[in-house]
Amino acid sequence: MDQFTFTIDGQTITAEDGMSIMDAALANDIYIPYLCHHPDLEPVGACRLCGVEVDGRPMVMSCMTPAKEGTDVRTNSPAIYQARKVAMELLIMDHDMDCLACEAADDCDLLKVSAYLGIQPEQLEGLRPLGRQLPIDDSNPYFQFDPNKCILCGICVRTCNEIVGLGALGYINRGIETVVGTFGDKGFVDSICESCGECVVRCPVGSLAPKKPQLAAREISTICAYCGVGCGIHFGVRGDEIVSTRADRESPANRGSLCVKGRYGFNFINHPDRLTTPLIKKDGQFVESSWEEAITLVADKLSNYHGEEFAALTSAKCTNEDNYVVQKFTRAVMGTNTIDHCARL
Amino acid sequence: MEDKKRTILICRGTGCESAKSPQIQAALEEKVQGLNVEVKFTGCHGMCQQGPIVVVEPEDIFYAHVKLRDVPKIVESHIKNDEVVERLVYEDPTTKEKIPTYHDIPFYKRQKRLVLRNCGQIDPENIDDALARDSYAGLGEALKMEPVEIVAEVKKSGLRGRGGGGFPTGLKWEFTQKAAGDVKYVLCNADEGDPGAFMDRSVLEGDPHAVLEGMIIAGFAISAKQGYIYCRAEYPLAIKRLQIAIEQAREHGYLGKDILGSGFDFDIEIFHGAGAFVCGEETALITSIEGNRGMPRNRPPYPANEGLYGKPTLLNNVKTYANIPLIITNGSGWFADIGTENSKGTAVFALTGKIANSGLIEVPMGVTLREIIYDIGGGILDSKEFKAVQTGGPSGGCLPESFLDTPVDYDSLIEAGSMMGSGGMVVMDEDTCMVDVARYFLDFTEKESCGKCVPCRIGTKQMLTILEDIVEGRGKPGDIDRLEELAHGIKIGSLCGLGQTAPNPVLTTIRYFRDEYEAHIYDNACPAKQCKEFISYHIVDSCIGCGLCRRNCPVDAITGEQKELHHIDQELCIQCGECYEVCPPKVFSIEIHTGEKSTEPEPVLQVVTG
Amino acid sequence: MTNSIAEIDDAGTIFVIGSNTTSAHPVIGQRMRRAARNGATIIVANPKEIDLVRSASYFIQHKPGSDVALLMGMARYIIENDLHDKEFIAERCENFEAFEESLAPFTPEFVEEITGVSWEEIGQVARIYATNQPASIFYAMGITQHTHGTDNVMATANLAMLTGSVGKPSTGVNPLRGQNNVQGACDLGGLPNVYPGYQKVEDPAMKEKFEKAWGRELSGKNGLTHTEIFDAIHDGTVKALYMVGENPALTEADAKHAQKALDKVDFLVSQEIFLSESAEYADVVFPAASFAEKEGTFTNTERRVQRVRRVIPPRGNSKPDWWIVTQIAQAMGEKGFGYETPDDVMDEINAVTPIYGGITYERVEEIGLQWPCPDADHPGTKYLHKGEFARGKGHFVPLVYKPSAEITDEEYPLILTTDRSLYHFHSTMTRRDYGLEALDSEELVKIHPTDAETLGVESGDWVEVSSRRGTVKARAQVTEICQPGLCSMTFHFFESPTNEITNPALDPIAKIPETKVAAVRVKKVS
Repeated sequence: MDQFTFTIDGQTITAEDGMSIMDAALANDIYIPYLCHHPDLEPVGACRLCGVEVDGRPMVMSCMTPAKEGTDVRTNSPAIYQARKVAMELLIMDHDMDCLACEAADDCDLLKVSAYLGIQPEQLEGLRPLGRQLPIDDSNPYFQFDPNKCILCGICVRTCNEIVGLGALGYINRGIETVVGTFGDKGFVDSICESCGECVVRCPVGSLAPKKPQLAAREISTICAYCGVGCGIHFGVRGDEIVSTRADRESPANRGSLCVKGRYGFNFINHPDRLTTPLIKKDGQFVESSWEEAITLVADKLSNYHGEEFAALTSAKCTNEDNYVVQKFTRAVMGTNTIDHCARL
Repeated sequence: MEDKKRTILICRGTGCESAKSPQIQAALEEKVQGLNVEVKFTGCHGMCQQGPIVVVEPEDIFYAHVKLRDVPKIVESHIKNDEVVERLVYEDPTTKEKIPTYHDIPFYKRQKRLVLRNCGQIDPENIDDALARDSYAGLGEALKMEPVEIVAEVKKSGLRGRGGGGFPTGLKWEFTQKAAGDVKYVLCNADEGDPGAFMDRSVLEGDPHAVLEGMIIAGFAISAKQGYIYCRAEYPLAIKRLQIAIEQAREHGYLGKDILGSGFDFDIEIFHGAGAFVCGEETALITSIEGNRGMPRNRPPYPANEGLYGKPTLLNNVKTYANIPLIITNGSGWFADIGTENSKGTAVFALTGKIANSGLIEVPMGVTLREIIYDIGGGILDSKEFKAVQTGGPSGGCLPESFLDTPVDYDSLIEAGSMMGSGGMVVMDEDTCMVDVARYFLDFTEKESCGKCVPCRIGTKQMLTILEDIVEGRGKPGDIDRLEELAHGIKIGSLCGLGQTAPNPVLTTIRYFRDEYEAHIYDNACPAKQCKEFISYHIVDSCIGCGLCRRNCPVDAITGEQKELHHIDQELCIQCGECYEVCPPKVFSIEIHTGEKSTEPEPVLQVVTG
Repeated sequence: MTNSIAEIDDAGTIFVIGSNTTSAHPVIGQRMRRAARNGATIIVANPKEIDLVRSASYFIQHKPGSDVALLMGMARYIIENDLHDKEFIAERCENFEAFEESLAPFTPEFVEEITGVSWEEIGQVARIYATNQPASIFYAMGITQHTHGTDNVMATANLAMLTGSVGKPSTGVNPLRGQNNVQGACDLGGLPNVYPGYQKVEDPAMKEKFEKAWGRELSGKNGLTHTEIFDAIHDGTVKALYMVGENPALTEADAKHAQKALDKVDFLVSQEIFLSESAEYADVVFPAASFAEKEGTFTNTERRVQRVRRVIPPRGNSKPDWWIVTQIAQAMGEKGFGYETPDDVMDEINAVTPIYGGITYERVEEIGLQWPCPDADHPGTKYLHKGEFARGKGHFVPLVYKPSAEITDEEYPLILTTDRSLYHFHSTMTRRDYGLEALDSEELVKIHPTDAETLGVESGDWVEVSSRRGTVKARAQVTEICQPGLCSMTFHFFESPTNEITNPALDPIAKIPETKVAAVRVKKVS
């Protein structure tokens, strides 16, 4: 890829062909405020916060404008500051600023931009609160949608179109009444939404938020145990419980995507029905036993069968190592090739 | 004189059709059977308030407000006995003078009708009528030219986009012509959404072939094979006539494969818009044709490079295309001679508001607002004082009397804080509250904002809320500054033209009528005596006690004995103005006061104890 | 899969047959939809109007069980219209003439009759598949779960070879493997006819190799398949059954037959994370650690061996499966089971499994490796059959049309087919997640409006679905997703155990039961 240089606020930086001004700035740790930009998605220039001055031309949307060799980009000027300030003040007046109880408070782009611009409460005086009280859609078991916190950045809508390829979300109404919604403005679960949560992970504020948010203490990477796609997952762990999931963006299988099962469907792990101790059936009833007792019993019993009398069903859910050991046991110890699994089902 | 061949033209534009002109046509056709008379219908004449309009040629007699029952009279008197029906002849609303012949009517005399050249003259559903007036002659000539020559002609003509932006048309054509790509599109913007505007509709209904011809020439010039007309679905008649015109053009070889044996293929489809004002914005229009919610896209890239389906796309307004055949036929020099140095050709306006002659007009660029309003429009209705004129649709600016001698061209209007727009022109009189006007227009743009970008979506609502507060008595010191700050932020911050221009009515009214804002905020007064919160009605001594006001008051706030002075109970009055309307003009004993409210004592809360 | 998941992005044509991809392989489904947005042409062939149809340019709704006729029809059209890749066929394939001859019976009239699809439509998609390259085929159990499933697979392979759509990026024949590690279970010898790495049990050289490696005498005879095992229990041959994480009582076709076998077998051991419907029958149940509680590797559908890690400690006293079996072997006095970690097992896998020869934990730490990967320096294999087929020449297989084992009659006038819900996998895990259960909590018998009208059934009504093997009850969902004459159920719900009525008739080679086609009748019940 061809590289070239240009300047941002007087600092010479190197960019690659195809980079937007914002890409290049962010890659060089130069912050330009934005709310509707997302690296996975096509830019739309809706929030109007990332405007910069290019060779003296004001309000060029840095998210949508390719960086060009030799240009002089200014990330701030009185006119740009004014436009950003007005846009942010407007957003704040239209937003449910219940930040203390907001799930996104520790990672809210609205607060981040507001802090960057130094918006002070007293400067909002004279603006009229537009506070609308729209119903929260909590129909989905895993996440909820609070339109009162929505800033209409469109990231969820674009995610569903561009990443999921589904298009379950769109815009409803016009003007200030515009809201994100499903076809016919039904609840998420009554729409074609597949609950994959791709939109939830990308929401820059607390509008689309998981219902059971918990902060992980550490993350461990593994592979999803549902289908054969083999998506990479980072499990967030707190204590000895899984509290969150995050798709592995490096995994060639899923490149940062997950489905509903892979993102949310792991509550079975801590289900009270889990077997936690060996069981031996005595008089038709299962009785808990020690590992030693159960292993000895099975070893003794199996010694009575050999060759065709024995059969094993191994598991397509288990690891390669598990399967190898089971088939070796069947062949080498039990003397039969009668081992199979549900590959055909 | 019965043997004289006559043609009776019945207007069947949308306005006249809704006033039963099709039935009038049918009745006329029946009545003139056996006579040497051809009855045919035409598109709009532009003076819709005079409709249904019937014109008799060759005498050029202009009958207005024709009713079905007038048909026998016209036939008996005029056709059979050569006597013009005086009663039906056009009457000047200001002078009350009867003006029988079409071209003597001042409304038309001062106009220069290029785009509207065939409107009211031809049967828009009959291509032969159009061909008789040289339709498609320009196409024939264009096909003999090189595409670059066509673009050069358009450039030289100085034609600028008639949708309002005023971008040089030739330049746009050149960009699209030069854009790389095998597939290109020609789009016609017929999504005329400004309230009260019907310029494009009249052209489409009255002379659809002019638009088609312009598009075909454009297609040839930029090497496109497909054109789309994006027409709002609220224009069923325009769509119907366009469809008929497209089919007739195909039959005559002006559309389809190998047009006029030139080897050039081009066809046109109509796309129905779904009633969103913002779809008149070019990128929103393109997005809508692609099947998505009509929301504008950031520019660049411009449609000339990445338009419909990502292909180079030429998008012009209806009137822009309608000008093209004339430029090709008469030459760019002829066109460039009309108008001003930087604004060539004519401008079409829908003249409305408090004006004597409202209607559709076409004037050379450079005439002054005064000429339009007074000479063509006949001045202000009911001899009231002129207060302001708004040009450019809902996001144009309001210009005061001091700008009446401003020439109407793209640059002068921008300089004054307004714009040409697509051609709306609203005249306001002394009874108009300019703060309320700003609120009214913002109410429109706020509701039509697509919701995509922050400044437009929330900013117009924020401004609207402040304006509503001001006209309803909740204005606060600092509101004017806040409005100006918001307006500037929205203008530079918004994604598309809708947001970028939406603050214009607010900015211009603050600029030219700041005292009215201040009166509302600081003096509890509405100088135009329109805002209910600030006015009160009072009956003065001249009252003759006729009781009309008392009987008409919807809330029984008026009391008084017959033939005695009446009185309005201010506590009950809802400022509906009914009394003011019904008070006999000769008596005129009702006054409207404003700015008095603050003197009333605040109600005191009484604590009652047992 | 012959090719890789990432190659979907660059495909010209994506031909999806017998796969409800967005439900069963959602992330691949997403990727296909994304590809379609970026210009790829998706062709869906399915008896049901699956969700992916919304992103597809072409949809062939053929009759259940008519895949061979459809695919052979496409092949015929391609040859008749000279759209085949003659160079590829000449250089890389064999037996083309015999295959071409076998197309003779597949006349347009015959194909239309069998598939219920017009020749024009078939020709249209055949042309797209042949010309809009690179073209890839994706299939799943809609292709394999038939008595002629092997023929179906061969038919897809024939089509790919015919157009040269194999051995190149973004092409190939790509079975989407169902379970997370069904690929690995097959790769590592979880099959009755092959040792790890598809080394044939009946090949004396292989037998000798493994006898040497494992220090034990081995049987040179193929073992029994899944379905045959239950028959063998019934006939008394198999007396002891060891089940690792399997739930045949719910998932086996003709599940009643399997349930009786579980009841009958002398000694039954189950390793499970839950006391499943099948584990209930066991004599001894070992609590297994879940995938999140153990180390190891899974191999995904694109043959990528990926690292599974212990995220949390095993719940209670549960243990990894490999450990449990190792303990039993040791208790039985076996020597070859001294593994202390799964890494030790992988070392042994490397030594005896050529396709896994170079796949070590160290190398799969980050993004895994795609087999074949014979040695430590091999970079893995993105797509198979590059330059040359694994077996040398690509072998065209002449095919004949065979009807499904059960066809409709007066008593059983409808066809029942099965598929997966997006919200469940089989049942054990997903039914125990509160959210998935909330999103999809009961079986729905999907049935076409015209059939529903005939039967007087409306959405939400309870119906009984009966086949020659039994009856299940569930609510109906009247939907045009099914074609007339077809109804569809999932198999996730023990309350409505669909597999009690599916047909266990087997494909003679792959031994896969025909769960995709069973003759049934539907009756409204109150």
